[in-house]
Amino acid sequence: MRMLKPVAVPLIAVGLALGIGAIILAVSGANPIEAYGALIDGSLSSQKTVGRTLEKATPLIMGGLAVALAFRAGLFNIGGQGQLVVGGIFSAAVGFGFEGLPWIIHAPMALAVGALAGAAWGSIAGILKATRGAHEVITTIMLNFVALNLTDWLASNPWKDEGILSRTPAVEESALIPLWGSFPTGFLVAVAASIGCWYLLERTNLGFEIRSVGLNGDAARYAGISVQRIIIATMAISGLLAGAGGAIETQGVIGRYEPGFNAGLGFNGITIALLARNHPLGVIPAALLIGAMEAGGSMMQFNADVAPEITDIIEALMLLFVATPIVVRWFFSRQEAAEVSVTAGWGSS
Amino acid sequence: MSDLFIRFRWVILTILVFVFVTLFTAEFQQAQTTAVLASALRQSTPLVFGALCGVMCERSGVVNIGIEGQMLLSAFVGFMVASATGSLIAGILAGMATGALMGAGLAGLSVTLQGDQIIAGTVLNIAAFGISSYFFQQGLTLPSGKTPQVSLGPLADLPVIGRVFFINRPLTYLSLILIWVVWFVLFRTRWGLWTRSVGEVPSAAETVGISVARVRYTNLIAGGCLAGLGGAYLSLEAVGSFERMMTNGRGFVALAVMIFGRWNPIGIWGAALLFGYASAVQTQLQFRGWLADDPQFIGMIPYVVCIVVLAGFVGRARPPAAVGQPYSRE
Repeated sequence: MRMLKPVAVPLIAVGLALGIGAIILAVSGANPIEAYGALIDGSLSSQKTVGRTLEKATPLIMGGLAVALAFRAGLFNIGGQGQLVVGGIFSAAVGFGFEGLPWIIHAPMALAVGALAGAAWGSIAGILKATRGAHEVITTIMLNFVALNLTDWLASNPWKDEGILSRTPAVEESALIPLWGSFPTGFLVAVAASIGCWYLLERTNLGFEIRSVGLNGDAARYAGISVQRIIIATMAISGLLAGAGGAIETQGVIGRYEPGFNAGLGFNGITIALLARNHPLGVIPAALLIGAMEAGGSMMQFNADVAPEITDIIEALMLLFVATPIVVRWFFSRQEAAEVSVTAGWGSS
Repeated sequence: MSDLFIRFRWVILTILVFVFVTLFTAEFQQAQTTAVLASALRQSTPLVFGALCGVMCERSGVVNIGIEGQMLLSAFVGFMVASATGSLIAGILAGMATGALMGAGLAGLSVTLQGDQIIAGTVLNIAAFGISSYFFQQGLTLPSGKTPQVSLGPLADLPVIGRVFFINRPLTYLSLILIWVVWFVLFRTRWGLWTRSVGEVPSAAETVGISVARVRYTNLIAGGCLAGLGGAYLSLEAVGSFERMMTNGRGFVALAVMIFGRWNPIGIWGAALLFGYASAVQTQLQFRGWLADDPQFIGMIPYVVCIVVLAGFVGRARPPAAVGQPYSRE
């Protein structure tokens, strides 16, 4: 039983969440089998729907990585949403702003600019924390609202498309991240980012310093690590990941920046990081699961007449069972519950 | 009291500057100044409720980032109950009960199961969003209308202040009273002393016979009632209906307000008024058509003010020492 724990806990959690979700569906007068059938139908039944699940999972991986990496340094980045929209609009600007570039230059350039814009946005919160002690939970939330206003302004003034809608022009074909059949290539970028994060955290000096600061800031300081530098670097990398997620969304899915661009990713990034216990590679299956539910949600509404918000309830239940000690206590020994804590509280500088 | 003034000198100074600016920009036109200040108070009320919930939880050593969810679900349940029964009081009570229940759930996860508090709060947020959107039905109304306006006799006739503070709706008055109640409970009663000791050094509190679990449960449930009032305020007093995601980040802003107010109810009031004021100025500027072509820059004002104040004046606020750490008796 002990060996199975890392796999068994998430599986039990997902099963329990789906079970309770079925009860909620039944109580509210829907047919749970029909609803879950439609959910699977819309997410896993064909090449096209699997492609759609991967497409939905891609920004979720990036958002989840952004949150998970920050958590490893003891920082709580709720600003993924803001970093993502800033990254999205800057990659769109590069995407429609240059003409006649070859794909091999244009697409990576737009992706890089979007990622760097996200990094810049994320590092604002890092700098404010490191130099002024302003708590990142607050500054990142505030920066989310500022970012939404800023991108809205950019999309309705300097970078506005022709016509009445507040959106940017479509990006050039040479900046698009193409579909490969029905397989979204952006997904590979996200998987590469996950592996990159794992390497960074486990195999580099910077990663060691990030983890040290997260485990014990005072000890890290005594060991000669510049905690301030690590805070700024971590927030910048975290923003870089979220910004790249926005860029992939622009270049691979939407093809431009428009209002309502991936709203609500802020919550999802946190959920996914916690489902994955902040492990960069665990983020991939967690994001695939949430991505499948998002992809299937609309089919569920269409085929079974169930409001897609049920998936949010199921998500909350999954998080409840996987990230809190409930399942571990029920199915495993009491002592093992102690290792569940994954985030650092307010207190640590 | 005088040490409070010294401790909150930046908050007080900032508010004074802002009041002065209002008087100045309104060119001493009383009507507009009054309107801005009254709107500032209205905007600050849900933040006060949310931040008071936060301070109850955090002073006892539990981080509550689920305030957003508590307010959202309370707003929803309060509205549904008030809409079904026709009674606003039933709605408000239902909102409080919802908040309290969620507070108890947070306590169960973080105190009894000793789980991660940030995760527990995130669960509350997502669950509240999912439940309120899933069960929401369009087109419901409040048969009794919003909570009524009550003017407090002669006080309401005072210039400016009368209009701002003494012609309001019931939950707004309640929030103004609760600020002082929570302050009194936390800093002048035995329970408050217990709470603060549990929030600073729970093991020491336990050795003198205080039950950490009991203090945390009670505070989280009481705090949940406060957040529930904040939710009921939004749906039953401010708007008069429920909308999806109607809290719109106010629960998180309330956390900012709590930190800016240095975990003290009076400081919280100042911080909430500052943020409410910035929101009110934003609406006023939009109303007057300033920067009409670029309204987004006006929309940023409250958030930028919050960042600047936090980074510029407040510096490192010190949270209760035990906040965020599960406590186990060993």
